Amino acid sequence: MDLDLLVKQFQQKDEKAFESLYNMYSTSMHGVINTIVRDSEMANEVLQDVFVKVWHHADSYSAEKGRFFTWILNIARNAAIDKTRSKNFKNSRKNLKAEFFVDILETQESLNDKTDAIGIGKFVKKLAKTCIEVIELLYFKGYTQSEASEALDMPIGTIKTRNRNCIKELRSMVLK
Amino acid sequence: MDIKAYIESGILELFVAGALSEKESKEVHTLVQQYPELEQEVLEIEQAIIALSEATSINKDETAFTTIKDRLAFKNNQTKVISVAKSKYNWVTYTGWAASIILALGLFWTLNQNKQLESNIQNVTIEKSYLELQIEAANSNLNDAKTLISVLRDDNITQVPLAGQGNFTETYAKVYWDKDQQRIFLDAAGLPEPPEGKVYQVWSLTLNPLIPVSLGTLDSFITDDNKIFEIQNQNQSEAFGITLEPEGGSATPTMEQLYTLGVVTTNS
Repeated sequence: MDLDLLVKQFQQKDEKAFESLYNMYSTSMHGVINTIVRDSEMANEVLQDVFVKVWHHADSYSAEKGRFFTWILNIARNAAIDKTRSKNFKNSRKNLKAEFFVDILETQESLNDKTDAIGIGKFVKKLAKTCIEVIELLYFKGYTQSEASEALDMPIGTIKTRNRNCIKELRSMVLK
Repeated sequence: MDIKAYIESGILELFVAGALSEKESKEVHTLVQQYPELEQEVLEIEQAIIALSEATSINKDETAFTTIKDRLAFKNNQTKVISVAKSKYNWVTYTGWAASIILALGLFWTLNQNKQLESNIQNVTIEKSYLELQIEAANSNLNDAKTLISVLRDDNITQVPLAGQGNFTETYAKVYWDKDQQRIFLDAAGLPEPPEGKVYQVWSLTLNPLIPVSLGTLDSFITDDNKIFEIQNQNQSEAFGITLEPEGGSATPTMEQLYTLGVVTTNS
């Protein structure tokens, strides 16, 4: 089905369209949230909050501002980051190291029943470290290009092209 | 604009990440609307990111959506999985297409049928005229046969058998002479087909003195089915003879080619 049409129906409060979008994006969002909060239970809570929010703020999405995926990704990232700033979270995760999404892939193989994910994990681990850092910041942490540039101590132009090359490599790994 | 260079700049990846300013995003969106290659690129980037992030999802609560619906107080709480690939065409579209295809097939069939019928009619018409010809021919044959029968039954008819002569003893013919009507019927079934360029010529003869008078040539000998020829004869014939002559006939009979000859016996 045409995504634009589905999104339009969803914005008109079509419950079925909402469910379709949930089926399309919820696993991806759960993964993003999980990467940030590092607790699958907590990620499930946040995921619920995210989709409740998505439903309530349907009107605020506009294709002009970006992809629907990007919009929902933003909501998910922000909700997850908010969670990490809560008192509760800080108390329980004092020793949280600076980890990357690949670490999750490392540990998940026995846990996740998604064979696809296992396959992808194997590939992704082969990505260069700089790629992992750039992808982590831009997609999982929601850094802007200048924020990423500062964090990685790289010119903005370099961030752009490096990210381009990394995603290219990722595509060759996961899209066949 | 150079689409390739635009793609290679990496701006689309940032667009999907949401790392661009609102103004930049708007510009990219406008271009993506314009160029299908850009849209395709964006879709693939998105797919890659979705695949990657899905791989980081561990122990996702599969009943989460039911809870979400509860929280949103949706009326229908049954979780129905709607196929993403569900067609945007509804039954009206399908029925419409089906109907028009059936209609088109129907029209085509009718047209074909019509053509077939027209061709049938033509065939029947040809057959009919052929049969009419046959009837006409049969009628004509019947008339001929009736005439013959009446001639054969008529007492006033003189029969003159013509016997084969010289080299042609195998041949024979018979003349039925209707003196009242001044005509003869010549049955020439006992003669062979004349060779190319030759015709049979019929002669009426007086014997004393011997004077032959031509009664004409049998030009239609080959094509005539029953080989019976009606010939006018006003002569006081004493004998009849048939010779083979060059096409067009001769003024006097070629005696070497005399096939048959018969003398009239006056028994009345």
